[in-house]
Amino acid sequence: MPRKLPPKPPHEPTDDAPHAGGALPRDGQAGQAGQAGQAGHHVAFAQQFVQALPHCVALGITLEGVGDGKAVLAMPYQEALIGDPETGVIHGGAVSVLMDTCSGAAVMSHPRAGISTATLDLRIDYMRPAVPGKTITAQAECYHVTRTVAFVRATANDGTSETPVASATGAFTVGRAPTAHKTGDTA
Amino acid sequence: MTRQPPEPVQVIKSRRDAALAALLGRVPYINFMGVQFDRRGDELTAILPFKESLIGNPALPALHGGATAAFLEITAIIELGWAAVWPQIEGGTPPDAVPLNLPKTIDITVDYLRTGLPRDAYARAFVTRSGRRYASVRMEAWQDNRARPFAQATGHFLMPDQSRTQG
Repeated sequence: MPRKLPPKPPHEPTDDAPHAGGALPRDGQAGQAGQAGQAGHHVAFAQQFVQALPHCVALGITLEGVGDGKAVLAMPYQEALIGDPETGVIHGGAVSVLMDTCSGAAVMSHPRAGISTATLDLRIDYMRPAVPGKTITAQAECYHVTRTVAFVRATANDGTSETPVASATGAFTVGRAPTAHKTGDTA
Repeated sequence: MTRQPPEPVQVIKSRRDAALAALLGRVPYINFMGVQFDRRGDELTAILPFKESLIGNPALPALHGGATAAFLEITAIIELGWAAVWPQIEGGTPPDAVPLNLPKTIDITVDYLRTGLPRDAYARAFVTRSGRRYASVRMEAWQDNRARPFAQATGHFLMPDQSRTQG
C-alpha cells in the first residue's frame, strides 16, 4: 500500500485552509528525503506527522499504514475516553477524531492531492457500540479528487465483528500551490 | 386557601446545578475534553476552554476538526439528557434520585465553516424534535463572534428508556 511521495513544493504556509480538521500539510523537507521509492519513508513521515498533532497524541492515535489515497489509524482503549460509564463504551467524539484524522491522511496520500487539506464536512454513522478494552482501527479511502475537493469514505472497527463500529463519509478541501491551478495535477 | 411560599432562589439553583453536575460527572470523556456548561435557567451553553491538546494543526495553529465534532456531540447529548431530567428536577426530585441516562448518537454530520482558532469555543444545541425514541438536534459552535459560527452540525440520537417518563 505505501507508495513514494511525488516531488514536493517547498514548504509553504497553508492559510487558505478554512479548517484544520485532519489537516495534513505536506512538509517539503520530508518529501525530498522520501524520494526514490523509499516507501518506508512515507509511512515514517506520516507517522511523524500524526504524532505532531497534539490532539492525536492526547487520544493515543497512531498511524498504521498510508499510501495511494488510503490510510489506517488506530486508537487504543483508554478509560478517559469513556462516554457511557455503565458499559464502558468509548464516546462517539473520540471516534470522530479518529475518523477525521484518518480521512485527512487518506486525502494527503492520494496521488492527486494538494499541499494541504482541511475538512469541509464529515458525516459519521454509529452502527454499534465499540467493545470496551478493544483498540479501534479506522480505514479511510480517498476515492475521488477534483482540482478543489477530495471525497472520502471511512470505517472504524474494533476487530470483534464484520460489522464496523462506525462508518463515515466526508468532503475535504484540496489546498493547491498558486502555480498548480492551471494543470490541476503537476505530477 | 393555603398557598406554598415559593422556594428560596438558592435552593432552586443548587438543586439544578447539582443535577447538571451529576449529569456531566458521569462521563469521563467530557472531563477529558474539559467541556463545561453555563446554565441560565434551563438554557445551556457549552464551553470548550482552549488547551494545547485540542490542536489538530500546529502550523496554523487550529483546533482539531475531530475535537470540534466531539464538542458539538457532547453539547447535543447533554442538552437532550438535561431536557429529559428537567421536569423531575423541577418536580422536586432530589438530584441523586433522578435517573441520568444519556442518549446515544445514531449519526452526526458536521459542517466546518471556518478555522477553529486556538481560543475558547462555545456551543448550543437546538432540539428540533424529541420523540420517545429518536431525537433530531441541530448544533452550532462559535468563538469570538456569536454571529460567525465556525462549525454547525445536525444529528440523530437514540433516547434512553427512562426519559419516557416525562410524558
